[in-house]
Amino acid sequence: MPAVQETIDTVKAIDVDQYKYGFVTDIESEKGAKGLSEETVRFLSAKKNEPEWMTEWRLDALRRFQQMEEPSWARVSYPKIDFDDLYYWASPKSVEGPKSLDEVDPELLATYAKLGIPLAEQEILAGVEPKNRVAVDAVFDSVSVVTTFKEELKKAGVIFCSISEALREYPDLVKKFLGTVVPVTDNYYATLNSAVFSDGSFVYIPEGVRCPMELSTYFRINEQNTGQFERTLIIADKGSYVSYLEGCTAPQRDENQLHAAVVELIALDDAEIKYSTVQNWFPGDKDGKGGIYNFVTKRGDCRGKNSKISWTQVETGSAITWKYPSCILRGDNSRGEFYSIAVSNGHQQIDSGTKMIHLGKNTSSRVISKGISAGKSENTYRGLISAHRKASNARNFTQCDSLLIGQECGAHTVPYIESKNASAQFEHEATTSKISDDQMFYCLQRGLSEEEAVALIVNGFVKDVIQQLPMEFAVEAQKLISISLEGSVG
Amino acid sequence: MLEIKNLHARIAEDETEILRGVNLTVNAGEVHAIMGPNGSGKSTLSYILAGKDDYEVTEGEVLFNGENMLEMEPDERAAAGMFLAFQYPIEIPGVATMEFLKTAMNAQRKARGEDTLSIPDFMKRVKEAASHLNVSMDMLKRPLNVGFSGGEKKRAEILQMSLLEPKLCVLDETDSGLDIDALRIVSEGVNKLRGPDRAMVVITHYQRLLDHIVPDVVHVLSKGRIVKTGDKDLALELEKNGYADYIDTAA
Ligand SMILES: Nc1ncnc2c1ncn2[C@@H]1O[C@H](COP(=O)(O)OP(=O)(O)OP(=O)(O)O)[C@@H](O)[C@H]1O
Ligand SMILES: [Mg+2]
Repeated sequence: MPAVQETIDTVKAIDVDQYKYGFVTDIESEKGAKGLSEETVRFLSAKKNEPEWMTEWRLDALRRFQQMEEPSWARVSYPKIDFDDLYYWASPKSVEGPKSLDEVDPELLATYAKLGIPLAEQEILAGVEPKNRVAVDAVFDSVSVVTTFKEELKKAGVIFCSISEALREYPDLVKKFLGTVVPVTDNYYATLNSAVFSDGSFVYIPEGVRCPMELSTYFRINEQNTGQFERTLIIADKGSYVSYLEGCTAPQRDENQLHAAVVELIALDDAEIKYSTVQNWFPGDKDGKGGIYNFVTKRGDCRGKNSKISWTQVETGSAITWKYPSCILRGDNSRGEFYSIAVSNGHQQIDSGTKMIHLGKNTSSRVISKGISAGKSENTYRGLISAHRKASNARNFTQCDSLLIGQECGAHTVPYIESKNASAQFEHEATTSKISDDQMFYCLQRGLSEEEAVALIVNGFVKDVIQQLPMEFAVEAQKLISISLEGSVG
Repeated sequence: MLEIKNLHARIAEDETEILRGVNLTVNAGEVHAIMGPNGSGKSTLSYILAGKDDYEVTEGEVLFNGENMLEMEPDERAAAGMFLAFQYPIEIPGVATMEFLKTAMNAQRKARGEDTLSIPDFMKRVKEAASHLNVSMDMLKRPLNVGFSGGEKKRAEILQMSLLEPKLCVLDETDSGLDIDALRIVSEGVNKLRGPDRAMVVITHYQRLLDHIVPDVVHVLSKGRIVKTGDKDLALELEKNGYADYIDTAA
């Protein structure tokens, strides 16, 4: 990871009180013991009935973690996280292994309703079979409790399940690919995740199969003091295609919550993976309490020739976001894309961007980043585009646009370019603009309220990225962006 | 419809007085022209009517259909029927003209407690108004005012005006930047909106606009005051002799 020193100062008193999804669902939880130890890892692994090799894999990660230093920039930016004060296992007690939606706790369904889950999913939850089906694998705290359409996906040969289940049902597949994109020792938080990952999704699309529906997961941190360590592994075999949607909101909390996920994508020859995220973790209340620390390692490996991986993200939440979904363009003619909208308000700190590592011949990548800063927030795009010696004819186009709302926020663009091949062509464009008083007045004169005016201008600004999102996500994302910026003018 | 009484206003930032006692009454159905030298305060007056907060009213009042307009927010004024065609229309990047029109129309409807327009209804209205003003579909898809030529910007202003159907239209130098054909088209568009329930204030430097949009009353604004009021012949006289006669009396 390139230097992140300017990433974050202490999370000051956070005055964002816009968080609309801050509620706690009252479901009884079963918690494991507090603290990070070999015992915890064994308990966790046993609870999940994991194979022996997995337990060993976790223990190996733990041992390595215990010898690692927390990145120094992290120390100065927020109170040190006491890993012994966290729980590493929590599962909603009343809902172990439901066979269908009927068996799901109504409280949980109510939670999803409150979250404003898009129509398609609501129909599914209500039992209606929509034409354009979206399969939902909802992760509620650590255990997947809702899984739909699994059977039909199975008919297409698609495996879509929780990673815990995959470890039991398809151990060989998991063993073959887990940790091959993000190695156990990749970075501090990835190593921690490897030791104690709670749950997440597993997707395997077999050769030549176009996944018949969009796969969608809703994450939600619900249990106080439960570090969330999702682990997602998606494999697109030769000539296959999958679009995966991840969306998350978190309930209001007093304590800072750590979210250290690892997502690994693998695209083999001629395969394509499209991964879309809407992230709305709790950014903290107006007294500076709570707020998620979002330290995510997301990486895609275009392992085969002509493969393609595309990341689209809408980041609106978290007190601190540290996230660089990246692509390793290993296969010849492979392509990586990164489309990002990052909205920061209040005292939020976002440091996000991407890495495009060109290894194969004729590889290409495209980066479109739209940062919106309001309040007293700081919003940094940090990107690395590199071409290795053999990456002849590597191409990259990067566009970073920043929009500032108000006088007290900051936007920064930090592009790194490394080219070891003379035939590589990298282009970078950057703009910074403001919503001017004249634009606001013009819109108001036409009858728009201040909030409507900001929403309109901001949606215009992010349009290029919104267009990359699947329909139902696009609508939700626009709504979320408007909510995040409420009260940012006037 | 519009009553401006002894209006004094200054620039909020540095307290420079721009308007020094403007009196103006415009009744429903009337078209008033305001002429006057550069820098006399014409645009300032229009901005104050629209509620721009760069200016501070120090004295006087403005009534819009009997209501104190100065207490209303700009968007409330818009919903109540006040429209300003800007001398320099503002660019809104990334927002298609069509999208902007829809948002504005629906925002005003919402403020007035009316239903949102259905898409077909909206499209029908836009297509009709656009064809009268020679505004192409292609232009409607482009971001509002971004890269529009001077004339296109002015046509887009009048397009918005005809779709929003305001009660009080203030046009600030809508003729500047228009070629001869566009001037005719835009004037026709404006004339179409003339009616017994609507009042217009047309700010211009040139008689050629008033050949098309024939005013009921013509005022000369100089140094923040109306120094002369007459009928449409006043504009012809100004065209011939300039402002010299009136500016002297105002000084
Ligand atoms: N926001 C502002 N800040 C500083 N000065 C201003 C501001 N607005 C107006 N002025 C000044 O006030 C005076 C009146 O300006 P205004 O734009 O109203 O003139 P106008 O009559 O519309 O002129 P023109 O015919 O050139 O359009 C000018 O001297 C102008 O420079
Ligand atoms: Mg002017």
